[in-house]
Amino acid sequence: MKAFLPALLLVLMAATASGGGFVLTTEASDVPDDDGGRIGLVWTVSPDLPVPDSIVVERMAPGGEWEHVGSVAPIDGRYTDSELENGTVYSYRLVPWLQGVPGEPGPVVSASPAVKWLHSGRIGMLVITVVLCTIILLYIEAGKRGKDLFVRRIAGLNAVEDAVGRATEMGRPVMYIPGIMDMDDIQTIASMVILGRVARKAAEYGSSLLVPTCRSVVMSVSQEVVKEAYLQTGRPDAFRREDITYLTDDQFGYAAGVDGMMVRQRPAAIFLLGTFYAESLILAETGKSVGAIQIAGTAMVSQIPFFIAACDYTLIGEELYAASAYLSREPRLLGSLKGQDAAKLVIMILIVLGVLGATAGHWWEPAGRVAEFLRFLTHVE
Amino acid sequence: MRLFLPLVITFICGIVMILHFFIPHRPISTIGDGLTDWYMIVASAAIFLGAANLVQVHVHRINTKARNWKYSPVVLIGFIAMMATGLLWGVEETLPFDYMFQTMIVPMGATMFSLLAFFVASAAFRAFRASNWRATLLLASAFIVMLGRVPIGGMIWKQIPIISEWMMQVPNMAGQRAVMIGAALGVVATSLRMIFGIERSYLGGAD
Repeated sequence: MKAFLPALLLVLMAATASGGGFVLTTEASDVPDDDGGRIGLVWTVSPDLPVPDSIVVERMAPGGEWEHVGSVAPIDGRYTDSELENGTVYSYRLVPWLQGVPGEPGPVVSASPAVKWLHSGRIGMLVITVVLCTIILLYIEAGKRGKDLFVRRIAGLNAVEDAVGRATEMGRPVMYIPGIMDMDDIQTIASMVILGRVARKAAEYGSSLLVPTCRSVVMSVSQEVVKEAYLQTGRPDAFRREDITYLTDDQFGYAAGVDGMMVRQRPAAIFLLGTFYAESLILAETGKSVGAIQIAGTAMVSQIPFFIAACDYTLIGEELYAASAYLSREPRLLGSLKGQDAAKLVIMILIVLGVLGATAGHWWEPAGRVAEFLRFLTHVE
Repeated sequence: MRLFLPLVITFICGIVMILHFFIPHRPISTIGDGLTDWYMIVASAAIFLGAANLVQVHVHRINTKARNWKYSPVVLIGFIAMMATGLLWGVEETLPFDYMFQTMIVPMGATMFSLLAFFVASAAFRAFRASNWRATLLLASAFIVMLGRVPIGGMIWKQIPIISEWMMQVPNMAGQRAVMIGAALGVVATSLRMIFGIERSYLGGAD
């Protein structure tokens, strides 16, 4: 304790210091919300003195001598020292170097790295996540217990069977485009879930299914999903691995490749489900030109209008994630959809409360505090 | 076991990644970062899988003289030419790989992108047909927004750019945010379904 108090005092006193050389002020502090072992340095420089070639960051070694830990460009103004021991006080100084000659060192500052158990900027988000997850899990449990759950009709999903059936009747293939992002994108994952259901329908009806992909991992996952669907339907012989192909990672190269496939193979049904960017309308318009029935779905707000204009059915935002539950009608999955709706109601109430609180807060302080609390809850760093 | 093991892996990885977002402390941070790195490694290695699939599919098409097989040699020649020049001379500027990239791939990509203008025109023509009151409302809104974005709009009436901006910032933004909030909840629900093994159709398992 005797050693700790002076050390703490040193840290508090020396966290910010100023000098008269090129480096005017230096500030050292623990990097917040990390797993410890890091100290951040920020500094200001004199506008009157010549700009040095570099600034060398020096740290005081246990023996009291200064050791070089890194060098940065003078204009950077910040440096992070890492792999330090938590709880130990470290002292730093900055030395400007000009034409191989060290200048006057900046002020000595000290700080101690610390470890955080919880990210302080994400506590509100944690509370909201727990509340939302609890609501959804409660509804899933209700679904499991057999509670009758009403889910509104989604036209685009009702049309899935009709689209595959139409392709079968016309003797033309079904094309499934899972977006242009990789498997770490949640929309691509949701798309893979729907692909499984579409592949089952295609296998049941005996229709061929083309899946051109933009990413190797997506191709590999698509092959497995479709293969499993064909196995489950009892048609493993109908599965054609070569119909699920990788084209290119290039956005417009992929669009050109898929457009070429559409024009040559003339699919009767096209599914565009996943993450899309500027290629969305290029694909959807080409699909329309070949006379295919098109079902699109994405959570990319900027692409939804293009799909609405060019496709027969569009799954807007959350409907993409609801597709699997809606198509399966499995009670637990439907429960999660109802939970989603209930969570939406909670968010709507919070928004209304926040708006009223922020407005009334101008005249009535407690209302302003409610708005501030809600702002804290929804603030994420 | 065929279903159990993937479900356990999904559960553990899902929970760790959620905790990783909120807890910066070790070992959660280390495991979370490790999982992210693993994904990058797997995704990078899978590029070879994609290249192998591309070659395999097109060689098969040529061998079997499948429909439209004549396009396949073009793909293979392009693929081999780019790969060979990159491997032999490197990918720096002024070298053959960069030359082919800049003079062939970039213009072709730009061509595809420029087609978008024509597709937007044809889609807008269909979408803005005033067939009912909602389509008429859409047409009127689009007309005001487009007019407000060009100088002539302000010359006709100086309020047009202000109305256009209000339409973009208030009703349009409100609609976009509603979609985004709904989609975010969809992400939460989908993630929970997968983490807790309720959604397993992606594994080919029973519902």
